[in-house]
Amino acid sequence: MAEVKAVPRITASSRWARRTRHGDVFFWLLTLLFALMIIGLVVAVGIVTYNGSAGVRAEYGWSFLWGTDWNPIETELYPVSFGAWPAIRGTLLSSLIALILAAPTGVAIGIFLSELCPLRLRQPLGVMVELLAAIPSVIYGLWGVAVFANWFNDWVANPIANTVGQYVPWLAGPVAVSRGLAITGTILAIMILPTVSAITRDVLQAVPSHQREAMFSLGATRWEVIWGAVVPYARAGIVGGIMLGLGRALGETMAATMLIGNSTRIEQSLFAPATTAAALIASELPNAQIPLHESSLIGLALALFGITLILNLIARYLVWQTSRGPAGEKV
Amino acid sequence: MSLETNMLTYAQRSRIDKALRGCTIVATAIAIVPLVLIIAYVLIIGGGALNRDFFTQTYRPPVPVGVDPITGLPVEGMEEGDLFQVQARGGVLHGIVGTLMVTITALLFSLPIGVLAGIFLAEYPDTPLNTFIRFCSDVLSGAPSIVIGVVGFTLIVKQMGTYSGIAGAIALTFLMVPTIARTTEEILKLVPNAVREAAMAMGAPMWYSTLTVVVPTALTGIVTGALLAFARGAGETAPLLLTIQGNSNLSFNMFAPMAALPILTYKYIESPFPAENQLAWGTAFVLMMLVLGINLLVRATTARIKR
Repeated sequence: MAEVKAVPRITASSRWARRTRHGDVFFWLLTLLFALMIIGLVVAVGIVTYNGSAGVRAEYGWSFLWGTDWNPIETELYPVSFGAWPAIRGTLLSSLIALILAAPTGVAIGIFLSELCPLRLRQPLGVMVELLAAIPSVIYGLWGVAVFANWFNDWVANPIANTVGQYVPWLAGPVAVSRGLAITGTILAIMILPTVSAITRDVLQAVPSHQREAMFSLGATRWEVIWGAVVPYARAGIVGGIMLGLGRALGETMAATMLIGNSTRIEQSLFAPATTAAALIASELPNAQIPLHESSLIGLALALFGITLILNLIARYLVWQTSRGPAGEKV
Repeated sequence: MSLETNMLTYAQRSRIDKALRGCTIVATAIAIVPLVLIIAYVLIIGGGALNRDFFTQTYRPPVPVGVDPITGLPVEGMEEGDLFQVQARGGVLHGIVGTLMVTITALLFSLPIGVLAGIFLAEYPDTPLNTFIRFCSDVLSGAPSIVIGVVGFTLIVKQMGTYSGIAGAIALTFLMVPTIARTTEEILKLVPNAVREAAMAMGAPMWYSTLTVVVPTALTGIVTGALLAFARGAGETAPLLLTIQGNSNLSFNMFAPMAALPILTYKYIESPFPAENQLAWGTAFVLMMLVLGINLLVRATTARIKR
């Protein structure tokens, strides 16, 4: 007589275990929950800055962005008014200076590191570039205030203001002592160099080597290979790297606060004190007395967040598209 | 016979090649100069500012050199100029304690979020939501830190009615989560699939194999991510300025204003007293050693993992 195999009893708990795939569903839900928390953090930043700036949006609307008067303290002559243009102008100009200085240099460094550098040097130089990106910004600011400012005044700002500045109003003196847009832009350039060059190097290294070999086989020199076959291939990624650097420069707070002079008056000269959005928030938000003042500063933060979000979106897309390689390519 | 008359000769092309290659070398050299200078200045001036008091004492208001600190009377044998030289004594113990407490608390908040989110991104790669989650973590790591400070300020400081260490920790959490999530994801992807398959062949459910096989395999990498996040959090200034405000005394209370090294660097360099500027360099030195040390350590371990 054939023995009947014992069938495992179907209990409530075994059914439950099977239905949840022995706990996998819970694990999936748990990790999903924490992954969604990342989205939640971004949404929280958006909502808090949006709600916090409700006052200024009701009061000024879009004209907040190009209002030229920033006057948080009521006096007899000047009523309280909040216009973000001095801060926005300072942010844009200092970042523009940083970009003009850092983009060509950073791309050149990236090309050197990826294409021309002797193999022995590549590793240490690459590590150095990445370490520099990790140095806290307050240290760049400290060096800028204590060391670089004097040098910049003596060797760059004053000579330019005394020669070219006599004819070009935006380079004119008087040079503010170690404070101003130009010096802030220069320090920002030093800060974003590692970002630009590291990303340029990474996207150039992702260019397939047959791209180079094909050009070499036509008898091109090394520079022609780089400029004609490698850089165009990685162009989008390089632009993306520059945009990420720009994003860093726009939002940089400490170095700007320490070097820009925190003046909300609009002066024509690049050597005069100015302010940036981030510096204005850092220096005034803790002391804001009236709700509208606080709300305006939060409005600035919202604008800053919006700009960097869009920049990041475009930049990440460009970098991702380049390092992914051409469509349909199989390795 | 040449096809085009305006084509460059090889000698010309070779010259252009050399010149432009030279340009990239010059650019690299120019960029390295300020960067080397920054590190050198911090090491030399900052290293010179270190002594025992620096690590064991808190802030003390500066006093004139030739004055007895207790009676306020001129010390015997002082010279005329000494009255006008101001000496700050004391150290940054309160800053070291504050930075450690705030950053470690932030690490405790961000580790579970970052690691579990990283596990989700790596172990369930087919979820359509993943690209969006990754994008959000990029946005967080690219967001200006002052914006995070504003969020901490309005969300916590305003509600609690006081600056506090805990507000700083929450603000730093925003900045540390993306670093941990991305490194966890990257490192889990390096774990060979054979490991997962072997665990499954033994009948382990996925969560069990992930927690007992995959994650332990990648543990060094996850610790690496946590350390990198710690280094980033310890160096942030702007969000702390708006959340923990700074404190001149040693404080262990997370619900009251605290000090932190980057804030002290900022405050001391703005101070008019050279002796306090000296403290700023010392603080920068400690901060830079912390950040660079962690980064080098991480680099050494990841190089070992990849081999």
